[in-house]
Amino acid sequence: MIGSCSPWLTDDELKLKPVRTVVIGCSRLLGLVCTLVTMLAVCDETNGASQTQEAIRNTSEKVVKIFGAGGLKGLYSYGSGFLFSSEGHIATVWSTALDSPQITVILHDGRRYYAKLLGAETKLDMAILKIEATGLPHFDLEGLSSAGPGTRILGFSNMFKVATGDEQVSVLHGTIAARAPLVARRGVFDAPYSGMVYVIDSTTNNPGAGGGVITSLDGRLLGMIGKELRNTKTNIWMNYAIPIEDLAPALKEAVLGGNAIRPMTTGEDESEGAALLPKFVPEDLGIVLLPDVVAKTPPYVELVLPDSPAMAAGIEPGDLVLFIGSELVPSCRALKEQLPKLESGTLVPVVVRRRDALVSVQIEVPAARNR
Amino acid sequence: MVERLLAEWRSLARRQRSGRGVACSHVNWRSALNRGLPIILVIALLVLTPQAGLAREAAGLVQQAEEQRVKTIGGIAPAVVAIFPPSGEGGGSGVLISKDGFALTNFHVVQGAGAFLKCGLPSGDLYDAVLVGIDPTGDVALIKLLGRTDFPEATMGDSDSVQVGDWVYVLGNPFLLATDFSPTVTYGIVSGVHRYQYPAGTFLEYADCIQVDASINPGNSGGPLFNSAGELVGINGRGSFEKRGRVNVGAGYAISINQIRNFLDQLKGGRIVDHATLGATVRTGQDREVLVDSILEDSSAYRRGLREGDEVVSLADRPIGSVNQFKNILGIYPKGWKVPLVFRRDGLKQAIEVTLKGVQQESVLLGGSEEKGKPGHPGHGDEDDPSNPARRAEQKTDPDGQLPAAVRHADLHQEKPGYANYHFNEVEQRRLAAILEQIRQGFASTGRWKLAGETTAGAPFTLTVADAGIGFELRGNPYLQMLENAEIEDEPPGTGGFLVALAEWRRLWQYGPEGFSSSVYYGSQPISWPGEMVDVLVTRQAGIESRWFFQKDSAGLLGFDTTISPDREPCEIRFLEFSRFDGRIFPSKFRVSHAGVEYGVFDVTGIDWGTRGAKQGGPGR
Repeated sequence: MIGSCSPWLTDDELKLKPVRTVVIGCSRLLGLVCTLVTMLAVCDETNGASQTQEAIRNTSEKVVKIFGAGGLKGLYSYGSGFLFSSEGHIATVWSTALDSPQITVILHDGRRYYAKLLGAETKLDMAILKIEATGLPHFDLEGLSSAGPGTRILGFSNMFKVATGDEQVSVLHGTIAARAPLVARRGVFDAPYSGMVYVIDSTTNNPGAGGGVITSLDGRLLGMIGKELRNTKTNIWMNYAIPIEDLAPALKEAVLGGNAIRPMTTGEDESEGAALLPKFVPEDLGIVLLPDVVAKTPPYVELVLPDSPAMAAGIEPGDLVLFIGSELVPSCRALKEQLPKLESGTLVPVVVRRRDALVSVQIEVPAARNR
Repeated sequence: MVERLLAEWRSLARRQRSGRGVACSHVNWRSALNRGLPIILVIALLVLTPQAGLAREAAGLVQQAEEQRVKTIGGIAPAVVAIFPPSGEGGGSGVLISKDGFALTNFHVVQGAGAFLKCGLPSGDLYDAVLVGIDPTGDVALIKLLGRTDFPEATMGDSDSVQVGDWVYVLGNPFLLATDFSPTVTYGIVSGVHRYQYPAGTFLEYADCIQVDASINPGNSGGPLFNSAGELVGINGRGSFEKRGRVNVGAGYAISINQIRNFLDQLKGGRIVDHATLGATVRTGQDREVLVDSILEDSSAYRRGLREGDEVVSLADRPIGSVNQFKNILGIYPKGWKVPLVFRRDGLKQAIEVTLKGVQQESVLLGGSEEKGKPGHPGHGDEDDPSNPARRAEQKTDPDGQLPAAVRHADLHQEKPGYANYHFNEVEQRRLAAILEQIRQGFASTGRWKLAGETTAGAPFTLTVADAGIGFELRGNPYLQMLENAEIEDEPPGTGGFLVALAEWRRLWQYGPEGFSSSVYYGSQPISWPGEMVDVLVTRQAGIESRWFFQKDSAGLLGFDTTISPDREPCEIRFLEFSRFDGRIFPSKFRVSHAGVEYGVFDVTGIDWGTRGAKQGGPGR
């Protein structure tokens, strides 16, 4: 039981990462406490049934159903999201469902919109959509609160696509078992997100639930439900949500139109471009490319930013980039797709054509952008 | 937060001291205490703070809430049934709904298990049970536990009052854990209402169902869902499962008890019941409205004027906002019910009443009780494997050395195509026949009727009903329907066959149900929408079907519908007043209508019972 509170933190992990034991120790105790709390669940008789019912009604109006691409084996064509501005900004988890030229968003009252993918934040495993509407019910990003283990929560999502049209999304109850970093390593314990998460003791993370929300029983927004996550070694499924305060800065910037959220390329092929989310954009290296106007715009350098790694390496305006590392980059898009694979602090060999000559340079990869 | 933790810790500690233990037995307290030592220290520290008073108050509330739950569970658990097929392989759950042993479960629990089952109650006793009625489309079955008239029973609630966020209890026998038949209790909230879960083919459709996050696992199938007041609001039957194996992932579905209520009397009648279609398919229009996509010309809806392209506004008084909603509303009604429908055409709304068609093809529902075809198990597979039912004939004795239930209770089961157990239909038929016997007292087996009077519109009429035919004169206009070697007609035109209906009426009065080539108990339905539920006896004779409506819990006959051919709307006759004519009680005022249009209200002022009508009682049998 305790193990299931934090299945991610296996004994192997303990040995490898003694630092974590403190966290694990805590989360185990907290898990225990949450068990007690769950068992003795202070039910509505004491919490005020009407308060929770009202919270459910209010929250349900701010959660949307998302339909997009997919439907193939193991890939879901549907998901959940939540409104965080009255003008139709929607946050959701980044998923293959968004990898579609047509993303449909259905509001609580059955209104249906085509959404524009504003961008994605890979570090947060989050994508932001926008629909053209005003006066929408939404979560307020001011005065957010966080919660500790033992807090009883409600989960809202369109798991299993149970709701369609104006039907209300599904509501589950549970308890925060721990607030701990999601220890993720490539391979066995690969997780799409590696920051702090709320670990939840009920099955909030079902197919299509990602992008839904968890709230306190009185309806305060606490976090965004993550993807389904399974430890391939133990076959234990993990239910987690990303704390809202970790998402809020990026969400706020998105509302302001800031650049915290990387804009996706526009046009027919944006979905494919979106499939690889940029950790770096060319500007990070100091390169401004020609506007990407056609399907295969050649990656000509339009401008080299001063004091940039590209300038230090001797890149010049007018250069045509041919190779990033060992990869041929025949188009602006191909080039952008290569950038996320770069590692900060390393030197990446770049080959450019300058007039009639091939020129090899090495560009130092800057630190990944933080915010 | 801290206060609450503290409060709960304290109430827990108190309970520990009082030796009551804690409901969840899977926590090892000693090790938990060891691990929790630092927390105990923290709590001990907090106890010394001035907020301890608040905490005590909270602890009281917590304890109260828990005591209430324990009390509720104690009240509802005795009626929960663990159901096993005679083979002993697998099983499911159920719930008693009457003192004489009627219990609800899922169709997929009893499917293939045969006519007799074994049922365990939390008291530890094992009972024989007999299959009564099944609803393969809605995944419901009714069984009857035998041997007592004082079984514990669940109280049915109103599932339409269930709201998202309500606390609910799921009781049953998941994974067949309980060897002593005491049910497992899981507790959760309602995650969604009015859910629609698609059928597998045409079977096991969950319309207008309740979604809960309380654990529903294999073996829970057929078990009860209770609201926080301990009222039965649903029968748990399936869950959403995908890659995590067939175990709960927080999305279980219960058939609403209000749906089951609509079918309950039909199930009690031993029938294989059928759900309803409109005879029309719908689609979503450009403005999200629900439009008639195609419609069968032999459907009641078509006859009443619904056409392709019409917008469906409401059905059964519930507004239609989506195709799912349409399916939800339709899915809870039985074949044969009449429900109101409002549609819009060219901006104008029209209200009609339609008789619902059946979902299944006739042949599908004709199987005996042993095998009803074999629909797959969608969404939910229980431990019960129906593919290998033990043949009770091969079983000489029960494990306890008794004769098999099928032998001991052979009189409680009767095979007949279209029925799960025809015995129970006969029971209901006998009940209605006894009522009719009262009504028919004093009517002879032969003799023509001659009724005279005036309609409320002031038109004088005479009616002559005899073996050879029916004559009718209204305002001097004569109408005639011959019965011997004659075509059955809609006479007078536009009544749906008023004169034939009169012949049916006389046939019932003279001969009782046995005067027809077949008569069966249908179950109950509202006589008018949204009126009282009435018992329905269906008679057939020479291609003519009549449905006779009996008032429940009394000895009254309220009227009848006669349908002269399947492609016509019935002629509806409702008895409004009764009087004594020559010592015989007879309807003195009745209304005749057809397809929503009233033909007339007839006031009978005099009756001539014919020359040979003096003989008492004896219909020629």
